[in-house]
Amino acid sequence: MKPRFIALLAAALLVVATHASAQRGADGHLNIIYWQAPSILNPFLSGGTKDIESASLVIEPLARYDEQGNMVPWLAEEIPTVANGGVADDLMSITWRVAEGITWSDGTPLTAADVAFTAEYCMHPEGGCAQLSSFEHVESVTAIDDRTVEIKYSTPKPFPYGPFVGATSPIIQKAQFQNCLGTSAPGCTDANFMPIGTGPFVVTEFRPNDVISMVANDNYRDPDKPAFASLTFKGGGDATAAGRAVLETGEFDYAWNLQLNPDVLTNMEAAGNGKILASFGTAVERIMVNLTNPDPDLGDERSTRAHPHPFMSDLAVRQALSMAIDRDILNEIGYGSTGRPTCNVVPAPAIYASDANDACLVQDVAGANAKLDEAGWVIGSDGIRAKDGVRLSILYQTSTNAVRQDFQALIKQWWSEIGVETELRNVDASVFFGGDPGSPDTFQKHFADLEMYTNLFDGTDPENYLNTWRCDNEPNPGNGWQGVNIPRYCDPAYDAMLEEMAGTADLDERVRLTKAMNDKLMQEVVMIPLIHRGRVSAHSNSLGGIKMNVWDSELWNAADWFRQ
Amino acid sequence: MTDITQSKLEQQSKPRSQWLDVWDQFSTHKGALAGAGFFLFVLLAVIFGPYVWAIDPQYIDIRARNEGMSLAHPLGTDQLGRDTLARLIRGGQTSMAVGLTAMLLSLVVGTLIGVLAGYVRWLDGPLMRLTDLFLALPLLPLLLVIIMLFRETLRSALGPEAGIFLLMVFVIGITSWMQTARIVRGDVLSLKEREFVLAAVSIGTPGRRIILRHILPNVLSPIMVSATLGIANAIITESALSFLGLGFPSDFPTWGRLLFDAIDYLQQDPGRVLWPGLAISLTVLSVNYMGDGLRDALDPRIRGR
Repeated sequence: MKPRFIALLAAALLVVATHASAQRGADGHLNIIYWQAPSILNPFLSGGTKDIESASLVIEPLARYDEQGNMVPWLAEEIPTVANGGVADDLMSITWRVAEGITWSDGTPLTAADVAFTAEYCMHPEGGCAQLSSFEHVESVTAIDDRTVEIKYSTPKPFPYGPFVGATSPIIQKAQFQNCLGTSAPGCTDANFMPIGTGPFVVTEFRPNDVISMVANDNYRDPDKPAFASLTFKGGGDATAAGRAVLETGEFDYAWNLQLNPDVLTNMEAAGNGKILASFGTAVERIMVNLTNPDPDLGDERSTRAHPHPFMSDLAVRQALSMAIDRDILNEIGYGSTGRPTCNVVPAPAIYASDANDACLVQDVAGANAKLDEAGWVIGSDGIRAKDGVRLSILYQTSTNAVRQDFQALIKQWWSEIGVETELRNVDASVFFGGDPGSPDTFQKHFADLEMYTNLFDGTDPENYLNTWRCDNEPNPGNGWQGVNIPRYCDPAYDAMLEEMAGTADLDERVRLTKAMNDKLMQEVVMIPLIHRGRVSAHSNSLGGIKMNVWDSELWNAADWFRQ
Repeated sequence: MTDITQSKLEQQSKPRSQWLDVWDQFSTHKGALAGAGFFLFVLLAVIFGPYVWAIDPQYIDIRARNEGMSLAHPLGTDQLGRDTLARLIRGGQTSMAVGLTAMLLSLVVGTLIGVLAGYVRWLDGPLMRLTDLFLALPLLPLLLVIIMLFRETLRSALGPEAGIFLLMVFVIGITSWMQTARIVRGDVLSLKEREFVLAAVSIGTPGRRIILRHILPNVLSPIMVSATLGIANAIITESALSFLGLGFPSDFPTWGRLLFDAIDYLQQDPGRVLWPGLAISLTVLSVNYMGDGLRDALDPRIRGR
């Protein structure tokens, strides 16, 4: 009898426990570790991810991006579009409606005046707002009534979702910040360290560059959330220590941004205390082709459009180089679960990802050889292909980084199998990415035939990113080598698609254009994409409800987190 | 007592050259002997190793990566499946070649400047200020600038590997001659006031001949010692440059590069750090012992004690 009684009691307790966990504050304490410590909780005064993400627990925007990169209304009723009348037909204005019944943590209601004030705060000419780019081309933000706010633009905006969308542009309380405009903004320590917000948590203590203590917000809009009564947000240390604290020792529940060697991560995960989460944003490791001649004898015209490349301008050569690469092996060696092979330069958000180029995922050395034979590149006595006296001898550079040097060595071997000679070079990362016009080794100068690095775009809209490869955007001596079109690509057909996109607001059309441009770049092998790189975090086994998000703050849905 | 007289008698009965005396003294220094033995072994290993162990050090066998010690790969393989032993031998070739050539260069420059400064009075000031200038230059930043400036020209003239080799030897050579020059100058200054030099001057021996016949043989001991130290210094500088990711292309193994590549795998596969690290430190140690022994052996005042 006795064991059965205990079992019954346990079952009863379990029912009570499950029931209790659906209540606010029932799951006790949450420990989060970010190995970069937050120094301020006001994203408008800091561009640091650590500050933006820690603040996202407290202050919230009108709309957020979910884990797929789709926009979801957050403090707003719905996402304004041209179809529902929220965006004007001439694309010059957008009107948001604040959802009903949302209050600040001090009990006062959130109004359109707070939204308009936030814009005034960030756009103040003397303020030095870190998120000013979100407010680009904004002419005015006015509160029409208590719940309606209208943003007017100075030019037509096909993608008008800059202000008040995402973790970088949250709403701050007018009552708290109204004396902190312009030059007095950094001086408002109390407001910057303990902002009043609409989010699930309220700051009780903020120690800059160290620890933040928070408790659940009593006035949070969902009466059952958050499940945690309090949380500690610890900052500082390094990625390895943060990973250990969650995966090996279990001191913390959540660790952010663990960019570690895949073997190291796997070993940590094997301890069994937690799990690794990878989420894929827009970062792609790629090889950029140089379509212009980098010969040092050309002097000032080196790597400019004045001289096309002696052999890289041949499409067959570029295609063969891409075909000879086994992206699966590269991923296995360099990234493991934190990366995946890709054939696109716009691999995400999911709606923009093209599947027209997936053939490159399979290595095809025989096909590459056949392609070069067909194009008239003949293998010489030294094993290297040549045509009309031009040898396929490549200088392939990248930054100094263990994974990149492994990639170089592997790719060099594959290319030797198709009769291409490769010389490897690695440049110190601070020089390579430093952008110093006086150095010959920057990635902008591209004084090589190929170079490898990672690039990505912020947010979810790829228009600006695709604009990178517009004609005349390339670095050259005339603009102090500050351009962004690294392959020196120039095609009027591509530019025409960009023009079309600039005047298109309809999402489906934008998706079609994005895919078309991506496919054009890929099929002309202007660059050779290798790995779609993810962001990696870790959580303890007992923490549930996490939806890892690279488009917004990783803590975007902390209100839904619970203890399992 | 009788033993000593006996041996002295034996010594006198046999004709002895100076170099035999040096060797006798050198061979009593156990550390120097072991060092010389090891250095010879490394030298032979890197020269003839590739004929015995004929695996291509740059060949990637992706199926055999991160393997431990086995008969096929006595020291295991790296993260791309390249044979560690073959890479160690190939890396040793580069490191030793750089070390020896850079040492020769710095020796020639250092001796020339030291002798000139010591012997020719009006050259002393300018040459020693030049030496001070070189001593004051921070070495690594200087190397970085030189490599950045001249890499491209040498690469197009001589190809990537020979070009960088020349550049490395040159920069290491011209930044490490100063100690030799100072020591040699000091010795020359004291030697040229000695009676045998004065005697040579008084019978009208030309300066060139005095330097070659009387002074150089007498400063041989500090030169030899700085030569051995110079090898060690050059190997370490080359390793440091490769460790910083500069110098030779990344797939071209040198000891420093092997060590640099292995750092990330320290926990997983300590052997990969151990072998190149051991090779560098043992070679440098053996060379230092050799220098120590040579100093004792070449100094006639210490010899025989």
